[in-house]
Amino acid sequence: MADKPVKGEKRFFVTGNEVVAWAALAANAEIMYGYPITPQNEVMHYWTRLAPKYGRRFLQTEDEISAGFTTVGGVLSGARAFTATAGPGNTLMQESMSMAEMMQIPTVVVVQQRGGPSTGTVIYSQQEVTMTCFGGNGEGFRVVYSTGSHQELYDYVIKAFNTAWKYRIPTFVLGDGYQAKMRESLIMYDPEERGIQMVPTEKIVGASGVPGVDREPKHLRNTYNTEEELYKVVGDLAKHYWQVAPEIEEYEEFDCADAETVIVAHGVVTRAAQGAVKELREQGKKVGHFRPITLRPFPKKAMEKAIQKAKEILVVESAEGQLAKIVKAEIYGSDIPITGYFRPGMGITAEEIVEYILNKG
Amino acid sequence: MALAPNMPKSWRAETKPHKFCPGCGHGLVLKALGECIDELNIQDRVVFGCDIGCSLLSWDFFNVDSIQTHHGRTTPVLTGVKRARPDRICIAYMGDGGGYAIGSQHLVNAASRNEKITVILVNNCVYGMTGGQMAPTTLPGMKTETSPYGRDVELTGNPTRGPEMVAAITPPSAYVARGTVANLRQLKKMIKKALETQMNGTGFSFVEALSLCPTNWRTNAKETWGFVEKEMSQFFKVGEIKVPESKEGK
Ligand SMILES: Cc1ncc(C[n+]2csc(CCOP(=O)(O)OP(=O)(O)O)c2C)c(N)n1
Ligand code: SF4
Ligand SMILES: [Mg+2]
Repeated sequence: MADKPVKGEKRFFVTGNEVVAWAALAANAEIMYGYPITPQNEVMHYWTRLAPKYGRRFLQTEDEISAGFTTVGGVLSGARAFTATAGPGNTLMQESMSMAEMMQIPTVVVVQQRGGPSTGTVIYSQQEVTMTCFGGNGEGFRVVYSTGSHQELYDYVIKAFNTAWKYRIPTFVLGDGYQAKMRESLIMYDPEERGIQMVPTEKIVGASGVPGVDREPKHLRNTYNTEEELYKVVGDLAKHYWQVAPEIEEYEEFDCADAETVIVAHGVVTRAAQGAVKELREQGKKVGHFRPITLRPFPKKAMEKAIQKAKEILVVESAEGQLAKIVKAEIYGSDIPITGYFRPGMGITAEEIVEYILNKG
Repeated sequence: MALAPNMPKSWRAETKPHKFCPGCGHGLVLKALGECIDELNIQDRVVFGCDIGCSLLSWDFFNVDSIQTHHGRTTPVLTGVKRARPDRICIAYMGDGGGYAIGSQHLVNAASRNEKITVILVNNCVYGMTGGQMAPTTLPGMKTETSPYGRDVELTGNPTRGPEMVAAITPPSAYVARGTVANLRQLKKMIKKALETQMNGTGFSFVEALSLCPTNWRTNAKETWGFVEKEMSQFFKVGEIKVPESKEGK
């Protein structure tokens, strides 16, 4: 087997999909399961070319229902396994991710959002926020990292494996078609050389020894007989989730301390929001920007702090209010008016935000 | 606008020239289908459904009511139409990925239930629309974007022989055939028999068409035809596999 895929620190100028494949290799992911869908395809294209050189494996499944469940199977057997998808494929993965939520299976899914509903476009959107955070018949016991650059794609794909395995929570890296297809420069590194220890995986099933003799057998289930039984299980999941949430939450803020207008945006739109803040500050406007990096769990406390001086909150997103819905729920009780600049399936520029804010007076 | 003499009457002239790549097989299959619709005089009764795949480009191809469904879901949508309106002639048009991978459960179950619909499946050995990944029909050793070192049948199994599978699970009243764009007269006959099977109400009808994808095969015109006539036809035997027993014969 060849040695480490990434050695030292190197600057690359590549597409986001290529970044995802390299990051998964660097994180020692053993196997990818997947089904073609634009704009995620090249994650698989790079993985299938690179993986055999490093002793890693790939399975192209018959659809995303299967890709999600084979990932579940791989993870249960102790492999650092992942899949990548988008749009209608993400929809189909919700069934397996519901199982992962219930049974605390540390799956990793990379989502490159595309336009919806339905087949929509293959280009770009932020319309998979609700589904990725709360999809399936569950309670949203998931971690969702929303990235905004190629460097973050690299960093958070590596981190996703560690978060998933450390906390045993299904973890998603939420990118989009722009990040997937664009070329951008970033530094790739070997996590270990940076002092990032990969959290060891565990053979949840298939460990050595005779079950019932050398060790307890694993009897994993997701079906319960009584209301009380299920209530206890979900209660334990909730307790665990809310206990570790503060350790997981991540965010960034820009000029929020004295901001009267706080722009809330996530993912690639943070770039436009940051640009808008810079421009508006130059014009003497007290504008700031709050950016949740984890959409689940949401950095509620940090957001509350960021809006202390705010007279208005403007949620900017490439969706019809999916982030806004989360924000409203999280800061319930605050009397700061919340409005939205919603562009479902459309890219958003800094100029647009500046113009919108100036025109709305 | 006057139709060019060789354009089927049921084609929608306003949407021509069509949007498939030059040299694509989809247009040929849809020409055979259009001529069948004309000859059977059923333009007023057809409901056409296309999948997501390059078949999606046919959503406004005919002057017939048409539904673009989801990847793999054309069979159940058209089954739904047929069950609610048995007098309609329902045609589900899809690719090999749509029919044999993501939609395989629907194909198997529609065939098992002997649904009175017609499925036309375009086999081009790849996922065309998404840029040339391995399909269930990719030939052994064939290079694609997700089998960059050639399809390894030890790891990925053998290519799906769809009509043979459908024939095995349908009753004798069904119609199953494999045609090829390299023999359009024969392909047209098969599609016509499939539609007649549906119109007679006897059973499920299924036609796979061996087709061309020069864009993802990265072949020139000569190599393209060579591939379908030799490699593909060698692995996928062209011909009728199941023909409904005639009613008189009973
Ligand atoms: C649920 C879902 N998964 C994946 C896709 C992406 N997708 C669109 S077309 C296609 C494959 C098309 O291949 P095929 O069915 O063989 O048709 P062709 O383009 O070759 O005619 C895929 C995987 C999708 N639209 N929906
Ligand atoms: S990609 Fe292939 S199947 Fe699709 S239109 Fe082009 S030639 Fe036809
Ligand atoms: Mg195909």
